[in-house]
Amino acid sequence: MAAPQSFLWTRRVILTFLAAFALLPVYVMISSSLKPLQDVSGKFHWIPSGLTVQPYFDIWDTVPLARYFVNSLVVAGSATVLSVIIAVFSAYAVSRYKFRGKRVFTVTVLSTQMFPGILFLLPLFLIFVNIGNSTGIALYGSRGGLILTYLTFSLPFSIWMLIGYFDSIPKDLDEAALVDGCGPLGALFRVVVPAAVPGIVAVAVYAFMTAWGEVLFASVMTNDTTRTLAVGLQGYATQNDVYWNQVMAASLVVSVPIVAGFLLLQRYLVAGLTAGAVK
Amino acid sequence: MTATVTTDSRTEKSDRVTSRGNGGARRRLPRIPDRIRQGGLPYLLLLPAVLLELLVHVIPMVIGIVMSFRELTQFYINNWGGAPWSGFDNYKIAVDVNAPIGEALLHSFFVTCVFTFFAVGLAWLFGVAAAIMLQENFRGRGFLRAIFLVPYALPVYAAVITWAFMFQRDNGLVNHVLHDQLGLTDQPSFWLIGDNSIYALIVVSVWKGWPFAFLIVMAGLQNIPRELYEASAIDGAGVWQQIRKITLPALRPVNQVLVLVLFLWTFNDFNTPYVLFGKAAPENADLISIHIYQSSFVTWNFGTGSAMSVLLLLFLLLVTAGYLLITSRGRKGTDA
Repeated sequence: MAAPQSFLWTRRVILTFLAAFALLPVYVMISSSLKPLQDVSGKFHWIPSGLTVQPYFDIWDTVPLARYFVNSLVVAGSATVLSVIIAVFSAYAVSRYKFRGKRVFTVTVLSTQMFPGILFLLPLFLIFVNIGNSTGIALYGSRGGLILTYLTFSLPFSIWMLIGYFDSIPKDLDEAALVDGCGPLGALFRVVVPAAVPGIVAVAVYAFMTAWGEVLFASVMTNDTTRTLAVGLQGYATQNDVYWNQVMAASLVVSVPIVAGFLLLQRYLVAGLTAGAVK
Repeated sequence: MTATVTTDSRTEKSDRVTSRGNGGARRRLPRIPDRIRQGGLPYLLLLPAVLLELLVHVIPMVIGIVMSFRELTQFYINNWGGAPWSGFDNYKIAVDVNAPIGEALLHSFFVTCVFTFFAVGLAWLFGVAAAIMLQENFRGRGFLRAIFLVPYALPVYAAVITWAFMFQRDNGLVNHVLHDQLGLTDQPSFWLIGDNSIYALIVVSVWKGWPFAFLIVMAGLQNIPRELYEASAIDGAGVWQQIRKITLPALRPVNQVLVLVLFLWTFNDFNTPYVLFGKAAPENADLISIHIYQSSFVTWNFGTGSAMSVLLLLFLLLVTAGYLLITSRGRKGTDA
């Protein structure tokens, strides 16, 4: 079908504008990370006056970036794995069984999305401190506490999306598995989970990004050794002299893995959203 | 109703099969009635999620509500259960618009409303436009789709710090373009302090938010049957007419959920202003979550901070309920 010129031109204008808007900070990040300090401290220039990769070496010494990186990786990775497993179980129960309290469960879980994080930040902080004082389990300041918190952040959306995804998988498939002698969990792991891989990948991507990008709880719930990138990156910016080239280099270093991973898996995300959340 | 019937018969059938398969092992175990077994399994599967949601969301929220009725200052922080009851005092302080605290809260609420209106509106508009423009296949479509998702994939702190750099008065890109290159301003403006800061905040929020709208709308577009477009093309409809008569109406349910989610996220957003401005936002961009954080953790008045949070939650509940009521009215017929 031939589209009219008016449409083609509108499309060109809109897409060019949006692409430029989306990529502008990426350009600034890359170009500024390659500039010497006096260049980023003075007037902005589109083209760097002299190229240097020195900021990429300096970022590891100015703040303990490697440690923050490991912390973020451990926290986001664990939160993702746990969140996905728990969401798969819950979504399977809701999608395949009829039981009392099902509606209450789905509505309650979804409505936690609405809570302002600030409302439970302080109580959660106090609970963690109290649990630590009475049982010796260190949640406050530990990676464990942050993992626990983050996995619940992505849980509601993950459960919601997986319910939709599981619903779109014909029930005949797991019923056949049950007839063939699988238990309900066997049917889940051998039939439903393999059929729902795009949905599960989508949920995992979402969970990882939620944990990797969270700032508020990370800044209250961590200490010097457990600090994540979200807090650590501000180390370059709060000093008297802001090393903008290092800030940009560090930003790029922490962004590349997640952007690359996301772009590789984005097809799954759209497929998962199509079957799950958007119906 | 049909679902129950199939579930029951299915489980019974499988039981018969298993008991026939390994009957020997089976007989020695105490017999669990089928009804209880299938009744308990869903609850067992939900247990981890329920426990975690309770620990991290529900219980803290209840404690937060209780704290809002107490005089909780830094003296009681180690023994918050011992803080004296204060009834509705914290709420009275929060809503007394003639006193500094209430006045500041009202101002912050107003700022957040204006911010949310523009940030959600523009993010939604960009997202829908991008998704519709990428609906047809053409060369470079996959590449553009990847580019559009970059702001969504970038970690908030890395992206917003970059924006903070771009908005610097003396060495930022924004002033370089507006002042040095285009000559639109008499002198370089401040963007992260003073009156302009709300614009900076909206720009960053839209930049961060529209790819999510794009993603959701793009997924929603895949559910529109191709035949609708083909049939309308045969009837002589042009691209613009198809967008107006088919695409946009078909997107309505998706848009309703999308706008609600964007609203809740934007209204509660803490990360963007916190990374852009630091702990204290400029007056003009003093979003409510930063304001409450400031009231609780910086001035150490947790009771008032909790009362403010509860008021915020009530407001969000009201808006959500109202929104769902309005949007579900048109859908009742199709939902049943």
